[in-house]
Amino acid sequence: MDVLGGLLVVAGAAFLLLGGLGLVRMPDVFNRIQAGTKATTLGTLLSLAGFAGLQPDWTLKLFLIGLFVLFTNPLSSQVLARAAHRAGAEESPLTTVDVLNDEQGK
Amino acid sequence: MSHLLPWLTILLCIAMLVAAIIAIRGLSSPIAILAAGLVSLLASVLFLILASPDVAMTEAAIGSGLTTFLFFFILGRVRSSENDGGPA
Amino acid sequence: MAELLINLAAMITGVAFLLALWRFFAGPADADRVVAFDVLTIIGITGIVFVAFLEGRGIYLDVALVYALLSFLGVIAVARYLERGL
Repeated sequence: MDVLGGLLVVAGAAFLLLGGLGLVRMPDVFNRIQAGTKATTLGTLLSLAGFAGLQPDWTLKLFLIGLFVLFTNPLSSQVLARAAHRAGAEESPLTTVDVLNDEQGK
Repeated sequence: MSHLLPWLTILLCIAMLVAAIIAIRGLSSPIAILAAGLVSLLASVLFLILASPDVAMTEAAIGSGLTTFLFFFILGRVRSSENDGGPA
Repeated sequence: MAELLINLAAMITGVAFLLALWRFFAGPADADRVVAFDVLTIIGITGIVFVAFLEGRGIYLDVALVYALLSFLGVIAVARYLERGL
């Protein structure tokens, strides 16, 4: 159980590292929101599951923290993407479709 | 196992210095407020390492939550009164 | 074995923290910095859980709980501010 928990924590930390790397390497605000929010959500949940395996007494609190992260993180990502789009953030030259602009008739 | 904690403390102190430099660099008002909130977050983790969880919780609630929200509320009020040509 | 894995995970999380901090330092637009702040807060929650595990005290998890509730408030506030401005 200890080794399984440790492996889950390492996997979660690896996803956090991938999120940070995507945050640095991606060319665009929206790509950075994608990389930074989704990868770190999965990384945090995996880390919390691993710590629940390492310390079984803490399972309830860790579950609550994971629940809050799972609720608030995609919501803040969506609000942030909408605000960036309305504030006119510049898109990468590789962007091929922008449905929100098309719907607003621009 | 706890020999990780000094390195974590050093990392937190460097990050606090970077965040404080960003806060006083004068980029724009929202970034300065966010950098102040980041200093508060890192100070909270530092208080936790110093074994005082109640101080850390107060710092998290007041410094990072309430102060950031209050600054943005006031900033929005100031900007809307400027746009309306209201009292300067 | 578990000790080695925890050490490795702490180092990887530290590197991820430094990468997000670099984006917060050098991001060209305001929205980039807000994204970096969000990621730094999430990594900070994981860091608080790491400290709680290393010290072996479950009471420290309450701080992570408060952060998971409140971090989202700051991002919502700055998103509302950016949306109505510019």
